[in-house]
Amino acid sequence: MALIDLANPTRFLSLARPTLPWLAGLTAAVFAVGLVLTHGAPDDYQQGATVKIMFIHVPSAWLGMFGWTLMSAAALGTLVWRHPLADVAAKAAAPIGAAFTFLCLVTGSLWGRPMWGTYWVWDARLTSVLLLFLMYLGVIALWRTVEDPSRAARAAAILTLVGAINLPIIKWSVDWWNTLHQPASVVKLGGPAIHPTILLPLMVMALAFTLLFLTLHLAAMRNEILRRRVRTLMLMQAQAAPGSGS
Amino acid sequence: MSPLLNPLLALFLRDVRLAIRVGGGGGIGVLFFLIVTVLMPFAIGPDLALLGRIGPAILWLGALLASLLTLDRLFAADHEDGSLDLISMSETPLELAIATKAAAHWLTTGLPLVIATPFLGLFMNLDGTASAAVALTLLAGTPALTFVGLIGAALSVALRRGGLLLAVLVLPLTVPVLIFGVAASNAAIVGPVPFGTPFTILCALTLVSLVVGIFAAAAALRQGME
Repeated sequence: MALIDLANPTRFLSLARPTLPWLAGLTAAVFAVGLVLTHGAPDDYQQGATVKIMFIHVPSAWLGMFGWTLMSAAALGTLVWRHPLADVAAKAAAPIGAAFTFLCLVTGSLWGRPMWGTYWVWDARLTSVLLLFLMYLGVIALWRTVEDPSRAARAAAILTLVGAINLPIIKWSVDWWNTLHQPASVVKLGGPAIHPTILLPLMVMALAFTLLFLTLHLAAMRNEILRRRVRTLMLMQAQAAPGSGS
Repeated sequence: MSPLLNPLLALFLRDVRLAIRVGGGGGIGVLFFLIVTVLMPFAIGPDLALLGRIGPAILWLGALLASLLTLDRLFAADHEDGSLDLISMSETPLELAIATKAAAHWLTTGLPLVIATPFLGLFMNLDGTASAAVALTLLAGTPALTFVGLIGAALSVALRRGGLLLAVLVLPLTVPVLIFGVAASNAAIVGPVPFGTPFTILCALTLVSLVVGIFAAAAALRQGME
């Protein structure tokens, strides 16, 4: 099946409907395995149990970036091929990507409190994730300001692609800025290689989060298609109403 | 005169004339810059040592806001009177026309900000070298702000919206320019980094945003006028 076969929203819906429960079930199963593995993972000798925040924090960060990648691919679909589902995919991905980025910021902040003694430091990673979050909010604001979906889609697609070019530059600038201002008190993350007892649960949790993203994205795309149909029906109804002049 | 340059020159002169004559609002950016700079000491306090330390940052923030806020109507005004349709239907590539409009816009709003900087530096307790450094970094950096802002200006035509939405969309993209602009100014004043490193990166950012901004703005205008 080619990607273009999915261009028909009705065909997409008929595929999405049976897929969704399976995908949701798989997500729940992998989450169950991941949580059990996380529970069994050893505490860090320095950080104690707080190291387990990592199993939520790191996958969220990955999916925050994955969301923008998905939106960029969809933006190409909108601008180059005028794929009718591409703008639906882009619109549905924005709030989910923003939610994961926000989750990453919140868990990072909660992790930073016991580790660094403060909820927020202007660390390079935190700052670039914050800017990613702000750009997500900008795209969502754009979608919400323009009432005509296809007009909003093309503007959002251009903005998404400009963002995709700029995000590495922003990330790199923030890194540079941070090394210039780096306060000595901040503990650098990463450091030693991650032990397999922690790596395996982390990978399973990353898979579970990715499946969760895909499930939510598919459901959001389905809702968006239905929402557009309702909008078209209401417009037709308003046109047919007596006194509308047509 | 070659057939490509002639319409571009005409467009450039038209935009410059429109900006400096009555109703163009060319000087309003400098006025805004002045007011933002003057407001800062009221918020921070009249501590001259502190103002001298954060002066370059304040001047850069003021110039950033001033150059982005004046861009709001760059294409919208042309769209309303129909000249944008003529420009986009002519044989001249839209990207070149946009670059010309950007150059005219920078000359009438960006350059005055650079010229005003040494005078505003006096309010910020900056000495001669410091003011010159800030003005030089603004000279290299304000074109980048114009080119990034072009994207917002073109989107405002495509969306029939302006104002705050565009500031929200465009301001995160200006972070690298702000970082390296202020870093280069501070490098010239206090160090420890040599001035050349951040300054050349700032110039590189201007060139990158020239390419990205012009092509993205052209794409946005084409989509918006369908």
